[in-house]
Amino acid sequence: MRGVRSVDEVGADQRAASLAQRSIKKSSKLWALDLAVRCMDLTTLEGSDTSGKVTALCAKGLRPKPGDPTIPSVAAICVYPARVADAVQHLRGSSVKVASVSTAFPSGQSFMSIKVAETEEAVRAGAHEIDMVIDRGAFLSGDYQRVYDEIVAIKEACGDAHLKVILETGELGTYDAVRRASILAMAAGADFIKTSTGKVQPAATLPVSLVMMEAIRDFVRETGRPVGFKAAGGIRTSRQAIAYLVLAYETLGADWMTPDRFRLGASTLLNDVLMQIDKERTGVYQSPDYFTID
Amino acid sequence: MAITRKQSAELARQVFEYAPAPEAIDHVKIQPRYGLFINGKMVEPHSKKHFPTINPATEKKLAEVSEADAVDVDRAVKAASRAFESWSHLAPSRRARYIFRISRLIQERARELAVVETMDGGKPIKESRDVDIPLSAAHFFYYAGWADKLEWAFPNRKPRPLGVAGQVIPWNFPLLMLAWKVAPALAAGNTVVLKPAETTPLSAMVFAEICMQAELPPGVVNIVTGAGKTGSLVVGHPGVKKVAFTGSTEVGKLIQRTLAGTGKKLTLELGGKAANIVFEDAPLDQAVEGIVNGIYFNQGHVCCAGSRLLVQESIAEPLMEKLKRRLGTLRLGDPLDKNTDIGAINSRAQLEKIQGLVESGVEEGAELYQPECKLPERGFWFPPTVFTNVSQSYRIAREEIFGPVLSVLTFRTPAEAVEKANNTPYGLSAGVWTDKGSRILWMAERLRAGVVWANTFNRFDPASPFGGYKESGYGREGGLHGLAAYLDLS
Repeated sequence: MRGVRSVDEVGADQRAASLAQRSIKKSSKLWALDLAVRCMDLTTLEGSDTSGKVTALCAKGLRPKPGDPTIPSVAAICVYPARVADAVQHLRGSSVKVASVSTAFPSGQSFMSIKVAETEEAVRAGAHEIDMVIDRGAFLSGDYQRVYDEIVAIKEACGDAHLKVILETGELGTYDAVRRASILAMAAGADFIKTSTGKVQPAATLPVSLVMMEAIRDFVRETGRPVGFKAAGGIRTSRQAIAYLVLAYETLGADWMTPDRFRLGASTLLNDVLMQIDKERTGVYQSPDYFTID
Repeated sequence: MAITRKQSAELARQVFEYAPAPEAIDHVKIQPRYGLFINGKMVEPHSKKHFPTINPATEKKLAEVSEADAVDVDRAVKAASRAFESWSHLAPSRRARYIFRISRLIQERARELAVVETMDGGKPIKESRDVDIPLSAAHFFYYAGWADKLEWAFPNRKPRPLGVAGQVIPWNFPLLMLAWKVAPALAAGNTVVLKPAETTPLSAMVFAEICMQAELPPGVVNIVTGAGKTGSLVVGHPGVKKVAFTGSTEVGKLIQRTLAGTGKKLTLELGGKAANIVFEDAPLDQAVEGIVNGIYFNQGHVCCAGSRLLVQESIAEPLMEKLKRRLGTLRLGDPLDKNTDIGAINSRAQLEKIQGLVESGVEEGAELYQPECKLPERGFWFPPTVFTNVSQSYRIAREEIFGPVLSVLTFRTPAEAVEKANNTPYGLSAGVWTDKGSRILWMAERLRAGVVWANTFNRFDPASPFGGYKESGYGREGGLHGLAAYLDLS
């Protein structure tokens, strides 16, 4: 693992900043916003989450703008394991997936047996996707084997469910570590690698995402197996969402411009995107009162 | 409605080709005809001659500028000599105030200057907006700060200005090169006669307006336009005490011959054939960005461009694969579009020179790679180009192409890298890409280049001196070194 190629921080920051300057106009912007909705993991991860809260979120995810069928559904609803059943019930028969965080989210500081059991339970409850966290304690102490084994075990516990591996880049300290963790997770079988839990600052940033995408690109070159990317945490505006899409397009290519391979995890982004879509269509901003708060 | 992955990818390809996002140009007023800026005023040339300057992206005429003859140059030098008397005796803090004012005006008129630079020279608006103009303002700010601290900058050396500086600048960074020359000259107490390049005179004409707006005393800055003939008149005028030239090595040699024995101080910033050296432990993705920035920045019209890529053989294959992929994402086209990465070649003559050298590369046996790239029908364009299988002896490895053309060579050991990098008549810049700090220092000690960049390329700062070894010239611009070049320190 220490042999993984290094990342130059200044260069990565510069490249991400230059891509963030790409200018997208009118019709392209509308399509990009539509894609942002289709790739969104609409998320609620609070201690106060209830069946009612999850139900409301599911309704929003299915039909983000009541009365406007041209707005697509989101990709998935992301909840805690205990709320999976609520979401499954509400989303049955739709294209919207249920994603469950797992492995003692967000810290990952628990027993291996419990993490496996938690994952199995969530899948049994109907989760289509599992968002696990890596054991940062083990990673930062250099015990890469343990991190690897854990991901392999969770992947197995997932069965047919898709596995997203959260690196929690805000705790890894350097881009070198981010790249190393990305390669490790992909080698262990991750279907997606994901930046953050959203519970730690900094969460997703453009340069960290660039580093992860470059790792994906190298992994695909070596193995031929495509791995998805998910940015999560702190993405609240359409502008940010588009910047992530541009970054993925320029780094990974057009084949990643689909919910199978690209996701944006967010709790409050959706309404801003809806507002921007309306603005692009009508030329004026609508009052926030016209967008449901769920 | 569900969209398949294939449909989604196809849509993405259309969308992220990015609809045109042109910079607005309606706020820019280019006059149909420009005079010469002499003694604080725009005046008609004695020669009565004008020549057109065109937009290389469209071949359309932008304006006519004056062609200064011997009488015009003489008037400009005389005005500068007269102004020198008072300017050199002005309280240094007052001099500083004028220079600060110029920098602020450059900032205020930044958008206009960026558009003019892009229209007249063909460089992408992204670069003129984010690099050329901000750096030009930064140079004036930096040297304005020195104007009243000369005694402190050169303690016990009694710094005195030289007199009239004759300055001849190239077309690749028109305003920035003007700033590199004019800012230190004025800060040191000299006055200036400047000759901008004949293909890119317009930003200098805007600068003349800025000098008037700043109420700079008449004659402190004079700008005479014209071609090589006008340049030689400026350089050869007996009233000029200091000559600063940036341009081709060929002309540099000529100037040096002309000035021999005249006692004029001279600095030359000439060509380059820089080695960009990538070791096997380098951060590859960032190295690719550095290579792209090194040779395709400003269409390769950069004297310090990293035009020779030296790759350690063990990583040549993955690096080239990454580089070729990246070339496919470069956008060539309308320089005024904010998403354009590669603009137009500056002139037909330069395009022909590039084409000729690329042909020689193919003939000599190098392997040519160009990404699929549609060139606009009008204007001067050249696609980003990479040559592999290049030998040290090929012309494309030895001669400055001054275009978006990269020659790739390989090496096995650090010693071989140094040997190949230094095996050139030039010595302006070099780049080293490695994760190992000690190797960076080891290389920097041995590379015969005025600037060595480590894990980056084409980074500039007014505080950092810039200049070459060998046929890349002598003297330094930027920093205190750049100031010393405009002072008598004996």
